[in-house]
Amino acid sequence: MARMSPEINAGSMADIAFLLLIFFLVTTTMDVDTGINRMLPPPIDPNAPEPPPVRERNVFVVLVDAQDRLLVEGEPGRIDRLREQAKHFLLNPDNDPSLPVKETVDIDHIGPFEVSRGVISLQNDRGTSYEMYIAVQNELAAAVREIRDDVSREFFGVRFTELRDEELVNSVRRAVPMAISEAEPKDIGGR
Amino acid sequence: MGRFKKETAKGTPKINTASLPDIIFMLLFFFMVTTVMRETTLYVRTQLPSATEIQQLERRSLVSFIYIGPPLQSQVFGTEPRIQLYDSFASVDDIASFIESERQATAEAERPLMTTSLKVDSETRMGIVTDVKQELRMVNALRVNYSTLRGEVAGIR
Repeated sequence: MARMSPEINAGSMADIAFLLLIFFLVTTTMDVDTGINRMLPPPIDPNAPEPPPVRERNVFVVLVDAQDRLLVEGEPGRIDRLREQAKHFLLNPDNDPSLPVKETVDIDHIGPFEVSRGVISLQNDRGTSYEMYIAVQNELAAAVREIRDDVSREFFGVRFTELRDEELVNSVRRAVPMAISEAEPKDIGGR
Repeated sequence: MGRFKKETAKGTPKINTASLPDIIFMLLFFFMVTTVMRETTLYVRTQLPSATEIQQLERRSLVSFIYIGPPLQSQVFGTEPRIQLYDSFASVDDIASFIESERQATAEAERPLMTTSLKVDSETRMGIVTDVKQELRMVNALRVNYSTLRGEVAGIR
């Protein structure tokens, strides 16, 4: 009979694998990181000339104070109405002269499109809670996203988030810019 | 006598465990693929707010994390929100050097894609967050991600 190769004892293999498994369970996390992406404005160059003033009708001012109360365009606002108000401001459906001007721009894949010149200006206090700040950011982002969805559906038949072609995505982005600016911080209400 | 011997030798049949390592390895690989390494030990509480308009952070190697929240060991460090960079508490002034060191660790071509993820506790006041944001602007780290969970926004029913 030919000599058999000696069998390696694999009994402890399971123990080794278990050890590795437990090591990975302890040192890793499962959570995926999600969040609201924003671009901060670049730092102000003190030597740069004053930027031209933005016309009052083109600005939608949202203030959040230290008690988490909203002031939308000079009037007390509510968080659950903010999205509608922001949409109405950006779309200006009735061409109201107190709401932002629209400029017709020729955009690839879309053609001539009335781009709103409106800018949402968000200002918060040092005492505003982070939760409220995120809620406001979220509502404003939702307003822009909903408008983009409508434009995307109208021209390409799918929602904005379902657009796969990078060129089409950029066209919709140009048609509906994410015009949310954050004012220079001010200390209004103290801590 | 022989009869008795035969009965005792029978016993319970041995379960074949030869495939046990394979099963465990399979589990191991599953966890290795689906999870990410814990990078820091948190010293501050970061109970994130929830939002609906969220995007996923891609390319974790290009993301630097700033944690802000009340210290977990409140008997020692108090309840005032603190900033945590890497594995230790930091002040607002440390952010510039933190960003700089993160930049140095990244290939030059990818530096414009770097994102700063702010993991802020939802009960924190905006003051400290504003300070951090101003500091980030100063060093031109303009891409930020306000880390949130997926869910309904507070205050809307």
